[in-house]
Amino acid sequence: MTVFIIRRLSQSLLVLLVTSILVFVGVYAIGNPVDILIPADASIAERDAAIRALGLDKPLLAQYWSFLTNALQGDLGRSFVFNQPSISLIFQRLPATLELAFVALFIALAFGIPLGLIAGLKPRSVADETIMTGSILGFSLPNFWQGMMLIMIFSVWLGWLPSSGRGETGEILGMTTSLATLDGLAHLILPATNLALFQLSLVIRLTRTGVRETMPLDFIKFARAKGLSERRVVFVHVMKNILIPIVTVVGMEFGSIIAFAVVTETIFGWPGIGKLLIDSITLLDRPVVVAYLLVVVTMFIVINLLVDIVYSMLDPRIRLSDTQ
Amino acid sequence: MTLKVENLSTHFFTRDGVAKAVDGVSFEVGRGEILGLVGESGSGKSITGFSIIGLVDPPGRVTGGKILFQGQDLVGRPAGEMRALRGKKIAMIFQDPMMTLNPVLSIETQMVETVRAHDRVSKADARARAIEALGLVGIPSPEERLAAYPHQFSGGMRQRVAIAIALLHRPDLIIADEPTTALDVTIQSQILAVIQRLSGEFGMSLLWISHDLGVVAGLAHRIAVMYAGRIVETGTVDEVLDRPVHPYTIGLMRSVPANLDRGEPLTPIPGMAPPPLRRPGGCPFRLRCFAATEICETEPAESQAAGHRWRCFHPQTARAA
Repeated sequence: MTVFIIRRLSQSLLVLLVTSILVFVGVYAIGNPVDILIPADASIAERDAAIRALGLDKPLLAQYWSFLTNALQGDLGRSFVFNQPSISLIFQRLPATLELAFVALFIALAFGIPLGLIAGLKPRSVADETIMTGSILGFSLPNFWQGMMLIMIFSVWLGWLPSSGRGETGEILGMTTSLATLDGLAHLILPATNLALFQLSLVIRLTRTGVRETMPLDFIKFARAKGLSERRVVFVHVMKNILIPIVTVVGMEFGSIIAFAVVTETIFGWPGIGKLLIDSITLLDRPVVVAYLLVVVTMFIVINLLVDIVYSMLDPRIRLSDTQ
Repeated sequence: MTLKVENLSTHFFTRDGVAKAVDGVSFEVGRGEILGLVGESGSGKSITGFSIIGLVDPPGRVTGGKILFQGQDLVGRPAGEMRALRGKKIAMIFQDPMMTLNPVLSIETQMVETVRAHDRVSKADARARAIEALGLVGIPSPEERLAAYPHQFSGGMRQRVAIAIALLHRPDLIIADEPTTALDVTIQSQILAVIQRLSGEFGMSLLWISHDLGVVAGLAHRIAVMYAGRIVETGTVDEVLDRPVHPYTIGLMRSVPANLDRGEPLTPIPGMAPPPLRRPGGCPFRLRCFAATEICETEPAESQAAGHRWRCFHPQTARAA
């Protein structure tokens, strides 16, 4: 297990290195930030001074090298726009996004698994058909449109929930969070639901398929033949088997939730890293974009590692082997 | 009498019609007796077993007859009462030991839950009973093996674990659905020996479902031969195997190489058992039968000589296979 984790982490470093090269070159190709950052009426001398100050006069390779040496010391560069370390910009905004993502994940699991169970245990019933139709809509309607509809229905027509911003925040265990106040919660519900809808549909389908595949198996019949209650059969014998695919997929999807919170954050004016990224791309704020992508890639790597570890705890047949 | 099945019918209501998987079956199993229920796949022998323990999957259901277990009819019993009976008074062992244990739960979990499904005992007591049961079926160092998961056992060992689970409550009846079919012959005989010893020791009745006449001949006291949802011949092992009367029983015995003299060619029964939706009227075996005549297109009644009973118009008397 330890060897497995160490090997995975060293592979991850390689992934990070390759990502940094791709991202650096990619962002370089988008456009020249000088055109946006420096006022059009600046003199040529001022212009040259600014370019030198930002280090943009050097060739790409030299720029990358200085980025890399700084990055290894934990410095991912300063934002051109905010003149702050880009990493601290990201970490200021990250908690809001993580909060949104975790609440979305919670909604997806808390509603998805029960709905999937209902659908799977009574296939082709009215409940099953209704749930499955709903999940098709959740899958196929564009996320931004779902978000606008949520605002339309719950903010505009019904006036129940606020449509924009993070609301009042409070502190729980030293972390600033919207979960601490009622106003914050009210602001959280719509964007979290919007972000959860796709995952919710996914969890419903995974659960339903898992139930349908597991129920006819011999060991379920044997569990019944032992005289176990139906509740124990479903919630222990079936559940523990279907949790394996759910953990895998949801774990991988959690990375996407964070990465694609961009759309939801834009619609609901949520002050997270997604919104920061969009703003930074518009302003060609290279260091922030590069730092954002490296942070997201790192999160993907960590989540995948955690998924593998949880996976081995759920399924005794899988041992994280220490040998190649 | 532990079990008395009278005229049991279990039908499956499918889109293509009603499949009469079990069609008027009657037999008895006495206390401590082993009854071998023999037939080809699709003959309805497994469904008979599941009907008794109340685990027929939809679209199937028991449509008629009685299942008298210790004098009380199980047909139409409320689900809660059947659950209380399952595992406690009637246990079942399945065919494929690779599939009967839940792969993601430890043996301990699967045994302790079985004890605690019926008896209010502490986890420690349940664990002690699990260890005792594992010892009974010959699992070495049962205390350590309790923490293991099914994939850490071989097929034979898994079947021993399944038997240990079935024995936890010392049931009065065990339904064994081909429990040795998937195993090597050496393992098969070990498992048979375990079951034979334990059923004698505890006076348990056993309904042994199998397609293997050889196994049944060595283990059972009486035999019921099933074909197309009906019992075509039943009697003691000696009666049925030494003086078989029904052409199907004779055909079955001639399909077993060990029953023949060396060099004598096998004479298998031609064709296949008819699927439940397309069974011929009259005697269902008539299309494959060497003795069939016109009269076989009508339903044969049951005849009997002492305890030996059969359903055939052309009983092959005094004709040992």
